[in-house]
Amino acid sequence: MAQVLHSAPKFVLIDGLADTLSKAIGGNLVACKEEHGETVLTVKRESVAEVLRMLRDEHEYQQLMEIAGVDFPSRAERFEVVYMLLSVTKNSRVLVKVTAAEDTPVPTVTTIWPNAAWLEREVFDLYGVVFDGNLDLRRILTDYGFEGHPFRKDFPLTGYVELRYSEEEKRVVYEPVELPQDLRQFDFMSPWEGAEYVLPGDEKAEGDAK
Amino acid sequence: MSMQLEQSPTTGDEVITNYTINFGPQHPAAHGVLRMVMELDGETIERIDPHVGLLHRGTEKLIEHKTYLQALPYFDRLDYCSPLGMEHSYVLAIEKLLNVEVPLRGQYLRVLFAELTRICNHMLNIGSHVMDVGAMTPNLWLFEIREDCLNFFERASGARMHSAWFRPGGVHQDVPQKLLDDMMVWLDTRLPRLFEDAMSLVVDNRIFKQRNVDIAKVSKEDALAWGFSGPMIRAAGIPWDIRKSQPYDVYDRMDFEIPVGTNSDCYDRMMVRVEEVRQSAKIMRQCLEQMPEGPVASLDRKVSPPKRGEMKQSMESLIHHFKLYTEGFHVPAGEVYVATESPKGEFGVYLVSDGSNKPYRCKIRPTAFSHLQAMDFMSKGHMLPDATAILGAIDVVFGECDR
Repeated sequence: MAQVLHSAPKFVLIDGLADTLSKAIGGNLVACKEEHGETVLTVKRESVAEVLRMLRDEHEYQQLMEIAGVDFPSRAERFEVVYMLLSVTKNSRVLVKVTAAEDTPVPTVTTIWPNAAWLEREVFDLYGVVFDGNLDLRRILTDYGFEGHPFRKDFPLTGYVELRYSEEEKRVVYEPVELPQDLRQFDFMSPWEGAEYVLPGDEKAEGDAK
Repeated sequence: MSMQLEQSPTTGDEVITNYTINFGPQHPAAHGVLRMVMELDGETIERIDPHVGLLHRGTEKLIEHKTYLQALPYFDRLDYCSPLGMEHSYVLAIEKLLNVEVPLRGQYLRVLFAELTRICNHMLNIGSHVMDVGAMTPNLWLFEIREDCLNFFERASGARMHSAWFRPGGVHQDVPQKLLDDMMVWLDTRLPRLFEDAMSLVVDNRIFKQRNVDIAKVSKEDALAWGFSGPMIRAAGIPWDIRKSQPYDVYDRMDFEIPVGTNSDCYDRMMVRVEEVRQSAKIMRQCLEQMPEGPVASLDRKVSPPKRGEMKQSMESLIHHFKLYTEGFHVPAGEVYVATESPKGEFGVYLVSDGSNKPYRCKIRPTAFSHLQAMDFMSKGHMLPDATAILGAIDVVFGECDR
């Protein structure tokens, strides 16, 4: 990497950390990259619990700080689940990543870190990634009885239902979202720099040409 | 006929079964909207199931639909008790992806105000924790300090709470010298006087100790396994502070100490915070003494806007300004996880960029999530009133926990 100019937290960048960890993970490793000062290890989904346990027990990554879900709808396995590990003894951070689809469960890591329970519940709630072995996979952030997984890219920003207090029924009722004005999505991309304005129906014409 | 005493149906040898109560969602000691389903055996807590998410606003989803700069004010609204602490992680994450240099004065100002935020946050937490266990006066006295802090924020940014003052590349505006001078005077006079005065009521108070000492003891192993950070992990005796071990901005130039606890109970957590306030004051003093002259934000015009004066003279500046406030800047594709020591613990931002002007994904790592999750095992076997002490010592704010 080029010279570091930013003043973000400087954790210890261990020489050859990526190589050491890749070797330790062995056949379960899919990809390994070091970019922007982060070490990102992509591993096979089935082996994630085993790999994380190994990182905790043999490589001193004692803490699981966070599990993040990311949605890439165009990919075959659309979700990424990212585990942020921290070593307080080596003062090092590493990101471990697996991919998943809606119907491919990820093994739970609650057996390794108890705090994974809520973190996995959150990813399940917001993305619909299922964690195999998590004994309490309820929704956590959304409302009781909520349907859908709101952080998926194809879930609209406004949601599908809105809630109001009904004077007639004397209780809170859910109704389909009704917007007095369309939600405006401002696109500030410069038209000279390759913003793609696809008009509805254009794809049919292109299909004919081919 | 002799008089018969009426018998209550529960007296005698009848078995009293566990019962469940709802703590919250609206409860003054819940520090926000927290619902805890508590299973009690008499007055002893058997199990707690905290229900969070009542304040979920979908911040992360909203951020995906905003440019990097437009997304910044959302961070103020996460942990509304320490807004600048939240902004700090976010701007550092953007800067890490952009690899942009922040001028020294900008870094000093950020550290100065991050520490002021810490004092401001701890005033609220210590005060409300003390009030949760029965004392009223210290809270009122500490709010006086908090009021001073908010006035300083207002003088720097124009807003008392939601400052939106840290920007990618530096800070939004320079501060007047008078503000820095006043801060120095405040650090020497009002802060120690008011703070030590309030603390003299609390730290050796018998009732306060009875309610906090030996409550919710957490071993070092548990603190690590449950993902504790900040004062919670330091109270457990692990000297872990991101400001010290992974310094960002100019923290590596600062001379300060990390307080650690010995007993890992609610009292230690509170005392760690008390000492942190003193250390923060020490850091602020160093910042004010060392504060260099110079620009406060990056001179890279593709990231931070030009001065208003420049825009009157230079066409290029005008274009830069226009582009930055409409399209915004583009961030190189990649992913980073940047965590800073917010007043409550490790506050992280996992930022995924696809090279456009909007974040592809911005995952916020709240501090309260892991701490609140440990509520169940920390309160097991304690009395019902201890739950409020434990909750107060966690320092939970739902804006951040629920996002």
